Amino acid sequence: MAQWEVVIGLETHTQLTTVSKIFSGSSTEFGAAPNTQASVVDLAMPGALPVMNRGAVERAVKFGLAIGAKINRRSIFARKNYFYPDLPKGYQISQFETPIVQGGGLTITLDDGATKFIELTRAHLEEDAGKSVHEQFDAESGVDLNRAGTPLLEIVTEPVMRSAKEAIAYAKTLHNLVRYLDICDGNMQEGSFRCDVNVSVRPMGQKEFGTRREIKNLNSFKFMQQAIDYEVQWQIAEIEDGRKIQQATVLFNPDTGETKAMRSKEDAMDYRYFPDPDLPPLVVSDEMLARIKASMPELPEAKCARFSSQYGLSHYDALLLSQDGSTASYFETAVNAGADAKLVANWILGEVSASLNREDKTIEQSPVNAVRLSNLVARISDGTISHKIAKTVFEALWSGEAASVDAVIEAKGLKQISDSGTLEKIVDEVLAKSAAQIADYKAGKEKALMSIVGMVMKASQGKANPAQVNDIVRRKLA
Amino acid sequence: MSWNTFSTVAETVKALNDKKVSAVELATHYLDRAAALQPVLNAYVTLDREKTLADAKTADDKRAVGGADVAAPLLGVPVAHKDIYLIDGWRTTCGSKMLENFIAPYTSTVVQNMSAAGMVTLGKLNMDEFAMGSSNETSYFGTVKNPWDISRVPGGSSGGSAASVAAGLTPASTGTDTGGSIRQPAMFCNLTGLKPTYGVCSRFGIIAFASSLDQAGPFAQTAEDCALLLNAMAGFDPNDATSLDRPKENYSRDLAKPLAGLRVGLPKEFFGEGVASGIAKAVDEALAVYRKLGAVTVEVSLPNVKYSVPAYYVVAPAEASSNLSRFDGVRYGHRAAEYSDLMDMYKRSRAEGFGAEVKRRILIGTYVLSLGYYDAYYLQAGKLRRLIAEDFKRAYEVCDVVMGPTAPETAFQFGSKSDDPVKMYLNDIFTICANLTGQPAMSHPCGVDESGQHVGMQIIGNYLDEARMLNVAHQFQLATDWHKCHPSI
Repeated sequence: MAQWEVVIGLETHTQLTTVSKIFSGSSTEFGAAPNTQASVVDLAMPGALPVMNRGAVERAVKFGLAIGAKINRRSIFARKNYFYPDLPKGYQISQFETPIVQGGGLTITLDDGATKFIELTRAHLEEDAGKSVHEQFDAESGVDLNRAGTPLLEIVTEPVMRSAKEAIAYAKTLHNLVRYLDICDGNMQEGSFRCDVNVSVRPMGQKEFGTRREIKNLNSFKFMQQAIDYEVQWQIAEIEDGRKIQQATVLFNPDTGETKAMRSKEDAMDYRYFPDPDLPPLVVSDEMLARIKASMPELPEAKCARFSSQYGLSHYDALLLSQDGSTASYFETAVNAGADAKLVANWILGEVSASLNREDKTIEQSPVNAVRLSNLVARISDGTISHKIAKTVFEALWSGEAASVDAVIEAKGLKQISDSGTLEKIVDEVLAKSAAQIADYKAGKEKALMSIVGMVMKASQGKANPAQVNDIVRRKLA
Repeated sequence: MSWNTFSTVAETVKALNDKKVSAVELATHYLDRAAALQPVLNAYVTLDREKTLADAKTADDKRAVGGADVAAPLLGVPVAHKDIYLIDGWRTTCGSKMLENFIAPYTSTVVQNMSAAGMVTLGKLNMDEFAMGSSNETSYFGTVKNPWDISRVPGGSSGGSAASVAAGLTPASTGTDTGGSIRQPAMFCNLTGLKPTYGVCSRFGIIAFASSLDQAGPFAQTAEDCALLLNAMAGFDPNDATSLDRPKENYSRDLAKPLAGLRVGLPKEFFGEGVASGIAKAVDEALAVYRKLGAVTVEVSLPNVKYSVPAYYVVAPAEASSNLSRFDGVRYGHRAAEYSDLMDMYKRSRAEGFGAEVKRRILIGTYVLSLGYYDAYYLQAGKLRRLIAEDFKRAYEVCDVVMGPTAPETAFQFGSKSDDPVKMYLNDIFTICANLTGQPAMSHPCGVDESGQHVGMQIIGNYLDEARMLNVAHQFQLATDWHKCHPSI
């Protein structure tokens, strides 16, 4: 059996965060009643003309700068002509020969810590289409043009990924980056970040690419993984059965886990591209470029390096904390509120992440905000509570039982017992009932000491300062 | 004389200012006349008496409270619009069955500007379907007759715009010019018509034919009127990305300047064979008038202008094929009564909704944009446009304006060219170049041929030189009477 190599390239449609559409003043808000956010331009009324939204241009430039790409100072909008009910003008305004962003790339980190540079071909501005609505109508279809004209930045990679894992890692890195840059809200359910994945396979060692099929419109990383896995095994099976792969556009069905070729929009795919005469060449001026450069936020890679050096975090922790902007800002807010950076990092990557995952929440939705976490960590550092008790306090804060760390500690009486008189008393009580362990300890079994300390902790309901208890027990048994 | 049917816009403004006539009286007069001559000329597609009279009444009311001022210099003056301009609430057909029942949901910028200047909309004028034609024979709503001779065409595509002003159905009208659609009908109907520099008038709300060539402009009896009308029509529009962002200009400012020293370039390519002898003679005589007025003529050469027609018939259909894709029967416009599926709906709706000439151009345009042909046609045509523009640039080093006949033939008989598209296309041979380059160009009456048909002198100006061109034509009109001739209808 031949060894197969998988070749993957991604085209990602990121919806830009402009308030209005790319060529009209209509709102881009998601979820309005059908056709209420469609102006004469979006409806393609006769005589209506597109006018460029500079906000979309600025976001595209921001992206280009972030990935080290060439910003074309003069780019061209073209018309991509085809008929479809959700495409009111009969053409989509897109960039064809000269996109605004060319080249550049992203570094991805795989689960095993290995990194890979993913080269981008281009990123171009274009308008989204509307939506066909089939459910509410009997024999007919409806068209909702609210989405028509929503600004998209289509980000295209070279066919450089060699596994579904790399593709997912790329998609996640890109997803983080566009949110970092605040150019896309990244909401995959609402379609703000959709991936088309081009997949082909070839015998290991072959230079030429195999025939690719394009999986359209994947809007979750899980589906992307499933779709690529299915597609790869399907293509290999086809070739091994002696069939040829036909170039096609396919859809992934999450219910069956399969990909299926869909009918093409126009049988002959000749889009008759030509420069849109309604839009002059898009010029990025020196002034605009300088202004955007000055407003660039710190990028994930730089932030990761800084977290390592400034806070003494391990590279791995720094990487995890800097991957998405919200987590990074949560971390820095907590540290700035006075808590120890390493402890804060541990808590975010441990208890906070686990709780968020359990409840499928984002860090912005965390019931325990950064300042509160900082207070909690500070109480550990100053010896008020132990790590173990801190978890109890965290849970109380998470569930909303109390509003502040100190209030929880107070209300539940969780304050650590560090008063030596009180501790000695408890130790004496425990030692009185522990003849066997004392004997073991004196016979040289170090483990017996731990057992005694454990009993003291238990007797104090976990509130005893463990280090102090240890000292007292040792002293008393010396 | 205070005011009559053939009063100019300037005279009408004066009559209104002097309270010799009211806006309602004017509107009523022209509406009556339009209705009476509609069966003969078929100049209008839509008249809406109620709307027009309401507009006129508003104008009179404003005038009564002192509203006739700098902001509304044409308050109460009637104007009719080519049926390619959208006006909120008015049916806008573009001369096509496709839009037979289309009611515009918004108003074009040019009409808004003219309304802001106080003008009263008289109605919507007949035209070649989607502005594709040179004779007004492609209109779904029937041909428009030339008021000078109803067996002849009024020119096109703005045939209704020309016939209506010539016949005294309105003192002024708007047209659009993609390859000569203002200048050629202006010549055929003995009017002054101006196509401004590309970008001077907003295209927003004007149904697009060929976006890189289309430009709105006025029809009137005189250059002076055209200046007044352009003052109202022109201006930067943020809704049109190709609109020129520049301060408003007073196009009447240079009308009175004498022509002494004016350098008139005469391209030898405009005076060779192919120009009817009667036209050549009238143009020569007009040039003699210009010389008498102090102008100097110099021969210039525009060697690439001979490629205008082929370049145009690549660019215009290419853009049109895409621009007309929106007429798909989905959201508005004609939809076939019966169809089996989506593709069938598209095919039938468009087959039924568009006429033969429109289909021909969509086919040409689709072909030249096809994969493998784009470079050979559209890209080449773009290069020719630049070459032609360079020809003109060189010419303007030695002259101020370029002149020549507006068209190689005068108004022709109905049916004489309608079977031969190429013959029809060649009628635009002198006008097309200014659309390809975006320069301003106009036509003014300058005589008649042996059969009494009117000849137009075309003035092609340098970019944004409208004020000078209007000055030139106005000085000619002060010295001649051709523009004062009216048909007896």
